[in-house]
Amino acid sequence: MSVFTAVLARDLRLALRQSADSLTVVAFFAIATVLFPFGVGPEASVLARIAGGVVWVTALLAALLSLDRIFTVDYEDGTLDQLVLTGAPLPVVVLAKVVAHWLTTGVPLIIISPVLAVTLHLPAAGYGPLMLALLLGTPTVSLVGAVGAALVLGTRRGGVLLSLLILPLYIPVLIFGTAAIEATVTGVSAGPMLTVLAGFMVLALTLSPWATAAALRQAVE
Amino acid sequence: MHRFANPTQFMRIANAIYPWAAGLSVILFLIGLPIALITSPPDYQQSETVRIMYVHVPSAWLALMIYGIMAGGSAAFLIWRHPMANLAAKASAPMGAVFTGLALITGMLWGQPMWGTFWVWDGRLTSFLILFFLYLGYLALGDAFEDSERGDKAAAILCLVGSVNIPIIHFSVEWWNTLHQPSIVKLGGDGVKSTVDGSILLPLFLMLGAFTFYYFAVLVLRLRSELLAAKIRNARMSQVATHAAIDPAAEGRLFVDSARLPRASAE
Repeated sequence: MSVFTAVLARDLRLALRQSADSLTVVAFFAIATVLFPFGVGPEASVLARIAGGVVWVTALLAALLSLDRIFTVDYEDGTLDQLVLTGAPLPVVVLAKVVAHWLTTGVPLIIISPVLAVTLHLPAAGYGPLMLALLLGTPTVSLVGAVGAALVLGTRRGGVLLSLLILPLYIPVLIFGTAAIEATVTGVSAGPMLTVLAGFMVLALTLSPWATAAALRQAVE
Repeated sequence: MHRFANPTQFMRIANAIYPWAAGLSVILFLIGLPIALITSPPDYQQSETVRIMYVHVPSAWLALMIYGIMAGGSAAFLIWRHPMANLAAKASAPMGAVFTGLALITGMLWGQPMWGTFWVWDGRLTSFLILFFLYLGYLALGDAFEDSERGDKAAAILCLVGSVNIPIIHFSVEWWNTLHQPSIVKLGGDGVKSTVDGSILLPLFLMLGAFTFYYFAVLVLRLRSELLAAKIRNARMSQVATHAAIDPAAEGRLFVDSARLPRASAE
């Protein structure tokens, strides 16, 4: 547990001292979302119809852009080798780093999402499910993304490759995330969709740290 | 199982399988194709378009089976460092991608006249599209490292992560009740059950057999050429080493022009 808190505290401190990184991700999220009214036209009914999906897709892309922060710097300056050599259980280290990533990118995205939903004319009933769905979905995004981020360490074209590896795996989260918002707006309970999202999170939580740890081990070998 | 980590042992079995797989595939295609495409009766509802199924179902079946084999091979490679298992997974991946693409394309061609649309976002189609991207990701990741061994390991881990998709594809037609029809053939406790007439099942099974044996035959060919390529690489490397030993000036050179080296066959 002390390993967990130590790595978490370190990563949070680093993120805080370079807070521009987190802010850039949030800014990307906002700008990418704001592009849509220009792309599809400012008609409120059209925007309201696609608001949930737009927020989700841009949130996924924003998270994708921030994924290389989890391991790349540590890999390049040798910290990762040290972490592996300490003999601490690597899945715990991974989990701490993923939690730090989620706190510094996932949470800001959740906080700003209702503001963006307002600009897209999402019906007021949709704000709650939107934030809840993001709250349950973004941890899965960070967890699954960590596997990809660890796999592409040391590749020639990591960023593009990462999107090819990880975006297909985000599709289930996207489907149920937008379905939860859609359900509420059309007057059906979002409960089942949110439950499925929670299920994805538990599944990712149990599998991803081990897969990520295996990927890290072969990266520093 | 560890006996087959030795390429010679492994290829002895593989080479013994090869003539049978290739022969059976040719025979089954020769029997199955005319029945499937010409003599079998058209469906009472779908008329002639049912014949697309004789390519579509075997392709989809292979797409799933090959991923299963790759996942097994990747697990064996990561757990026991079984080199041949990894080689089999790597050699299978391009074929799996092609069969997944073929299943998607034939499905679209069938969907246009039957469903009235090339594509719907139904559970089976979406999960199959994800499978296609997983194959592409596997191929791209295995290829992305300077050090090929790292690429092998990373791709193997990705293959195992992606295998969560396989049960989703299989059960998608039961979980989501949309356009794609449920399985027409079911293996249960009381044998094979089917909702389809025998006149359609016969060519379907012939084609399934033909496609499956085709995969195994081509897999052996690909394994052979992979091993030969590795041999050539090793021969080149040792030549570079001896060349550098004879000519000390060559050691300092960063790049060795392989065209200027004596050929492997000249020895």
